[in-house]
Amino acid sequence: MASSAHPRLMILGTALAGLVLTLLPLPHWLAVAWPTFLVLVVLYWSTMMPRAGGMTLGFAAGLALDAFQGSVLGEHALALALVTYLAIRLHLLVRAKPLFEQSLFVFAALMAYEFLLWVIDGWSGHALSTPLRWLPTVTGGLLWPLVAGILGRFHQAR
Amino acid sequence: MPVSASDVDRPLYGRGPSPGLRFTLYALVSIVMMYYDRHGQIVHRIRYALQAMAYPVQMAISSPAQAYRALTAGLQTSRALRAENAELRAELRAAQLATMRQAALEQENAQLRALRGSLPPLIHHWQLAQIIDVETDPLRQRLVIDRGARAGVLVNQAVVDSHGILGQVERVGPFSAEVILVTDPEGAIPVQVLRNGLRTIAVGSGTDGEIVLPYLASNADIKSGDLLVTSGLGGVFPAGFPVGRVMGVRRDSSQLPAQVRAQPVADIERDREVALVQFSADNPAAPAPHPAIAPPPAPKAKPKPKAPVDAVDG
Repeated sequence: MASSAHPRLMILGTALAGLVLTLLPLPHWLAVAWPTFLVLVVLYWSTMMPRAGGMTLGFAAGLALDAFQGSVLGEHALALALVTYLAIRLHLLVRAKPLFEQSLFVFAALMAYEFLLWVIDGWSGHALSTPLRWLPTVTGGLLWPLVAGILGRFHQAR
Repeated sequence: MPVSASDVDRPLYGRGPSPGLRFTLYALVSIVMMYYDRHGQIVHRIRYALQAMAYPVQMAISSPAQAYRALTAGLQTSRALRAENAELRAELRAAQLATMRQAALEQENAQLRALRGSLPPLIHHWQLAQIIDVETDPLRQRLVIDRGARAGVLVNQAVVDSHGILGQVERVGPFSAEVILVTDPEGAIPVQVLRNGLRTIAVGSGTDGEIVLPYLASNADIKSGDLLVTSGLGGVFPAGFPVGRVMGVRRDSSQLPAQVRAQPVADIERDREVALVQFSADNPAAPAPHPAIAPPPAPKAKPKPKAPVDAVDG
């Protein structure tokens, strides 16, 4: 079916764009606050199209992050599987809300994501406890309306 | 939102395994992978394959910056090039003067150690690698370089620039490798103060251009300006390579350890190229063999030192 193949392609394309945005080489002060855009993209598709952009997308995106960021293999995969699970469970609740309220949900989801990474970092002997690591969750929440607005255009232009 | 009847928009429930079951499945797979990350052959292969897939993306992200640099390098005036050439010649002359007596000293050293012939060279094999401009984790100090297992890069290999130790190879993919810098919070390198031979461990601070020496007593003989060199312990770096220069020492009370900050001598911010060095084990200055490192295989290519000054067209 063309109509079911098309959104999957679109999701892959936007996820790839999110990955490239995540990996851009930036000056240090900006890189520290830079949100993991791939997670925001995955969150968007898991709330808006939970069947196409579900846990498989989250798990695959997490594996990609593990490969690019050099973390323990499975760390980001687990964290993103959790985030997509939450998004799928709550998608009907979240997507009916106005954008700024969605931002709060996104902030909470990113907090859960970062908390899980923090715990796994500690367990696997790569502890990193600087308060700076929580900064991208805040910027991620703040940038959500922008990301959702841009992805929404792809979504409705179909 | 427009309602459509396509497969992907259909309600989630009532088809396939439930979200809870799928999450449990993925979580189990992740946990098993994390558990076997260090020692498992299969997980190692998965990561190796993922790194191979990551390489083209990394190169694509890095290429605009590299193209810009190549362009600006191509547009340099011949005057700037001549000035640079003269500078490099002067540097080379200074370096040659400094190493002029090295052969004689090595010979003398060998005789003192009652060996028959001269010592084998310390550096067994080296190669250059380009740094790939890609973000790993801004709170850790890592680099990705464009040489991997296919080029003979080994895990734990020393990475240096023309000033001193930069770090060591942490993970090797087929075409790329990940380097952990001396400034990384997980990086620790056994050093000694060149002036008096005081041994300690330098640990990365996690911020650009700073390493700390957390294990020195407050009455330790160390002061600003001291050069830290590798001590040869730890099995990765040979003795005597410059690591950093002490920037400041704070002694608060006699109980607490001294707070010593140092600046790495390697020019991490400006390096575009790094050297991967493999040391021969039979030189006395070589790092003590590490149980985790297999004996180095015979080099495929003969090490060929590059001429430091390339010919420049006017």
